[in-house]
Amino acid sequence: MSNAARRKMISRLAEIFCAFSVVVALVPLALILFYVVKEGFGALNWAFFTHMPKPVGETGGGMANAIVGTLILVAIAALFAVPIGCMSGIYLSEYPGSRFADVVRFSADVLNGVPSIVIGIFAYGLVVLPVKRFSAIAGGVALGFLMLPIIVRTTEELLRLVPGGLREGALALGATRSRAVFSVILPAALPGILTGILVALARVAGETAPLLFTAFNNTFFSTNVAQPMASLTVQVYTYANSAFDDWHRQAWAGAFLLVMMILTLSIVARLAVRRLERMNRP
Amino acid sequence: MTTLMPMMTMEPTMLMPTSPATATSYVPPKITVQNFNFFYGDAHVLHDISLEVPERQVTALIGPSGCGKSTFVRSINRMNDIIPEAHGEGTIEIDGRNIYGPGTDVVELRRRVGMVFQKSNPFPKSIYENVAYGLKIGGVRGRGQLNETVEKSLRRAALWDEVKDRLNDSAFALSGGQQQRLCIARALAVDPEILLMDEPASALDPIATTKIEELIWELKANYTIVIVTHNMQQAARVSDRTAFFMLGKLVEYGETNTIFMNPREKITEDYVTGRFG
Repeated sequence: MSNAARRKMISRLAEIFCAFSVVVALVPLALILFYVVKEGFGALNWAFFTHMPKPVGETGGGMANAIVGTLILVAIAALFAVPIGCMSGIYLSEYPGSRFADVVRFSADVLNGVPSIVIGIFAYGLVVLPVKRFSAIAGGVALGFLMLPIIVRTTEELLRLVPGGLREGALALGATRSRAVFSVILPAALPGILTGILVALARVAGETAPLLFTAFNNTFFSTNVAQPMASLTVQVYTYANSAFDDWHRQAWAGAFLLVMMILTLSIVARLAVRRLERMNRP
Repeated sequence: MTTLMPMMTMEPTMLMPTSPATATSYVPPKITVQNFNFFYGDAHVLHDISLEVPERQVTALIGPSGCGKSTFVRSINRMNDIIPEAHGEGTIEIDGRNIYGPGTDVVELRRRVGMVFQKSNPFPKSIYENVAYGLKIGGVRGRGQLNETVEKSLRRAALWDEVKDRLNDSAFALSGGQQQRLCIARALAVDPEILLMDEPASALDPIATTKIEELIWELKANYTIVIVTHNMQQAARVSDRTAFFMLGKLVEYGETNTIFMNPREKITEDYVTGRFG
């Protein structure tokens, strides 16, 4: 075989291997989606959204409490993690070289790698044990800790990408440092930061482990954040582990709804960013 | 004769109007620099600079790249403060007050000393919000006053007619030259006394450059202007006085005509005639 032909063949093999890898990576994803849609969509009905779970043995009912519960839990998490995360990110980008910033950055990266069940145990010790009661607040705090490192690091990275000229422009007009950050630099990075927040939200909305011993579960409809609260993920987990066909069906429906919620969140994130960027595009 | 070559290519009228006024009447210095030194960490980048900038005139700073002219102009509004481990020694007085003395309010200083940068840096906001920014951070809230100042500033920057129908569009929708004039309008809106310009036209095409130069010509009636430029014809066209920097030292400073036609130093002559640079 000539040298040129050999080189062409190697190149061709590399291409085939790459394409094959993509297929291998995508097949499970497609299968999961296919299965969730196939099993879940059929199990969805109006009652699923509006009714409460039925007692064991009765068929029908829905997950209204879990749907609302998931929304409340994620909202608590965002309320706690977004301000703290953004502020920390601003600190890191404003004082990048300080020893303390290095410690914070490293801690955030470690926190990002901590298994979510460990975060759940931490929130259990922090919020559940002192009051001796599972609560939505405890669940929200656990999810918040999971969001925190993602928000901190995205905020920092995106603020650093803002051209230095904008800061100089603001300072040259007599802006104080904090004013320059909040009125010029942060808005310039906002579309990206917002995406980071929504990605973090989507990630924690699908968490089960940290909720098992924080928000626990609740078979009744509750919006009281000091009480245990149902969530889609825990409900799916419980139903999937049960011995009843009807509950299995509902677990599929819950899984389908979760996937759809996260998909919607991602699409909303894209649209919002596109809108914001229209003003920001250089 | 060779030293006059660059001058021949210029419009004589662009040079002439400055000389009679400056020659006859004494104008008290707006900025007085005495033995000013500047350091980036251990690097000594400005050596014993002393010069006086007269009020309501255009002073050009010329010199080869890395000669310290940008560092110097950024010292006048203490813009270098944001660079870690940079510090200045000596005095720069504005209206007799040392801005490097204790108790200087840098924020207040920068409101009095506006700056236009080499690369236009409009904020990611609307045209209107860009010009109103300095006023808003200064606490101006009244819509009427904001509207009035935004219009006045855009008119002064010769941009009003081009943008009056789209004040709410993004500033990034403007062309490069328009963006730079927007940045000038933004600086003028806070009504500074001094305007520092760090190569304001170096990234612009000749037509946009001409507009900026005409603008500088008009603005000097109300503002003291210090402009850094790489372009010697530009220095000759727009300035009343010229300072030639080299290797962090002020080589020669005087009337622009003198610097270009009859410089004291051989090296100034070599630079302005384009023998090096």
